[in-house]
Amino acid sequence: MNGALLLRVRGLSKRFGANEVLREIDLDVRGAERIAILGASGSGKSTLLRCLNFMELPTGGVIELDGKALGRERRPSERVYRESELTQVRQRVGMVFQQFNLFPHMTAIGNVMEGLRTVRRMPAAEARRRADKELARVGLADKASQYPAHLSGGQRQRVAIARALAMDPELLLFDEPTSALDPELVGEVLTVIRALAEEGRTMLLVTHELGFAYHFATRVIFLAEGRILEAGTPDAILKHPSEERTRAFIASHRQFTF
Amino acid sequence: MGHHWDFASVLANSDALLVGAAGTLRIFAICLVLGLGLGLPVGLARYARAKWAYLPATAFVEFFRNTPVLVQILWFYFALPILLPFETSPLAAASLGISLNSAAFSAEIYRGGIQSIEPGQWDGARALGMSFSQAMRRIILPQAIKRMLPALTNRAIEIFKMSTLASTVAYVELLQQGKLIASLNFNPIEAYTTVAAIFFAFLWPLVQATYLLERRMRRDE
Amino acid sequence: MYRFDFTPVIANAGLLAEGLLNTLKVTGTAVVCGVALGLGLALLRLSRRRFLAWPAGFVIELFRTTPPLVQLFWFFFALPLLAGIEMTPFMAAAVTFSIQSAAFFAEVFRGGIVSIERGQWDGALAIGMSRRQALRRVVLPQAVKRMIPAFMERSIELMKTTTLVATISYADLLFEANEISEKSFRPLETFTVVALIYFVVIFAFSLAARRLERRLALSGETTAH
Repeated sequence: MNGALLLRVRGLSKRFGANEVLREIDLDVRGAERIAILGASGSGKSTLLRCLNFMELPTGGVIELDGKALGRERRPSERVYRESELTQVRQRVGMVFQQFNLFPHMTAIGNVMEGLRTVRRMPAAEARRRADKELARVGLADKASQYPAHLSGGQRQRVAIARALAMDPELLLFDEPTSALDPELVGEVLTVIRALAEEGRTMLLVTHELGFAYHFATRVIFLAEGRILEAGTPDAILKHPSEERTRAFIASHRQFTF
Repeated sequence: MGHHWDFASVLANSDALLVGAAGTLRIFAICLVLGLGLGLPVGLARYARAKWAYLPATAFVEFFRNTPVLVQILWFYFALPILLPFETSPLAAASLGISLNSAAFSAEIYRGGIQSIEPGQWDGARALGMSFSQAMRRIILPQAIKRMLPALTNRAIEIFKMSTLASTVAYVELLQQGKLIASLNFNPIEAYTTVAAIFFAFLWPLVQATYLLERRMRRDE
Repeated sequence: MYRFDFTPVIANAGLLAEGLLNTLKVTGTAVVCGVALGLGLALLRLSRRRFLAWPAGFVIELFRTTPPLVQLFWFFFALPLLAGIEMTPFMAAAVTFSIQSAAFFAEVFRGGIVSIERGQWDGALAIGMSRRQALRRVVLPQAVKRMIPAFMERSIELMKTTTLVATISYADLLFEANEISEKSFRPLETFTVVALIYFVVIFAFSLAARRLERRLALSGETTAH
């Protein structure tokens, strides 16, 4: 699994009406890689992530998961996707959202179990065991029967991570997981993500936490205007960027550090 | 289902339908003005702090919102003349019932609209030295009216539909004429379908306008 | 000074009670059928397939923009001739008010479902749920809780609207009032008492609905933020 080609993206484009948000993106993701995706707002980084688990449907290009191209080519440069295929993909490619998107009418353990019970049709007892394990893994075993309303932001995001992990995904997508959190709660979530990294999980992370990206990522990608402007090791992109735009972006994020 | 549709007999009575339409519009206009007009002072009274204003207004609103309009109309038609030295005409009875009912509902719309204006606006007005009525007139109401417009237009549509209830006391409006045509020509299908179609044709554009208004309101908020 | 005489009203209390029961029967039937039918209509209306959404939308608009009394007359006088079936006053009333309330309930359902923020759909789809599973497990349960106040309001409205059945000689409370008033020549006493009965019953339901609404608001509109 390590090093094997998991996801292959060729010529990915996404257009919203007349607005071209992604233009001809090529990307290879290998097992155990941790890719940080950086870029200014409007650069398309969230859209890129959402295309990878087909929460948005690409308007151009091909995505291959484990060597199998997804969708069907109805006409040259027009792919159609079936919902049944996409739900299968989403079981293998998990996502953690900026706004957590926990289900407020279910407890923490209920949230984590939900995918197993409804999508995998796992019997309740087995699902409960798996869910308990995942909640313990993110350090919230004692909050199992709490409702999201009674949890802090950091705790909610950790439950959301547990919910994604319960599906045992091959690839985890994080869409600015700490941007909506109060600063003092960011650390507990990053700690969990780092623990996942140490387990060797394959992850793509859209983030503004440049320090975390520097220490945790195996590869950094900088997006501008829907294209990959630069890509390379954390050291190369964050310490010695070659493009002016990248330099400006990093500088603006380091304005107020001390 | 081999019914032979015969709208000719209805069209032949189109002048009767026109008379009916005129009656519908007449009672609609009366009840719209009285209902929405009376609702404003009652709504303001509901919002007041003085008990002599608040209590009777509340009693009025609760009573007329929690009794069916038809009961109110029949009461005004059959029961009121016993207390008064004169008869109530069908128009008077139906207008009283529908107007008072609409006043009660619109009072709540006015009250809700005024209450939705955040207290900071009152503060701002008072800090300039405005009296209660000046603040209400210059600052609060102009902002509130905009928010209340969708609910008030909905009320107007309801009033228009309620005009048909006047037919139960034999007031000459569209449905009453429909009944007449149906009984004279033995064509209830065509007669009532036509009446329904006329109401639909008239109200549908109004309803669509309300949707547009609601959407524009939501965008502005 | 007019001499009030409530004896005819009291003597016919049994008829009034029966009338009240019939009022509740028609209202109850219309609410139950209306909610079920309304959910179906709402789901059709939300469907992405135009040939399902469009007719549903048309039915909803038709029954919201025509007066209930016209609908009642059509179903009682016109439909039997058209379809060649017998229609008792109760049947006509039940059918009319079920569909009419369904049209309003459909809009409540649709508003409730649409009001659930998109993030909930995202969260459900991201763990591999189909749209149907997402609707059933995540969106609808949350939407229903929000819609309860509107449902109760609509049901109370329905109780007032069903008085229209008196015009087609269904023996509801208002019909009995009319009968008693005509026979006893005491319209003032009769209609006043009946108005009060309606007020007490509907006001009681109204208060119960308001209390339930307050309790729901307290239990918290929980969001994941």
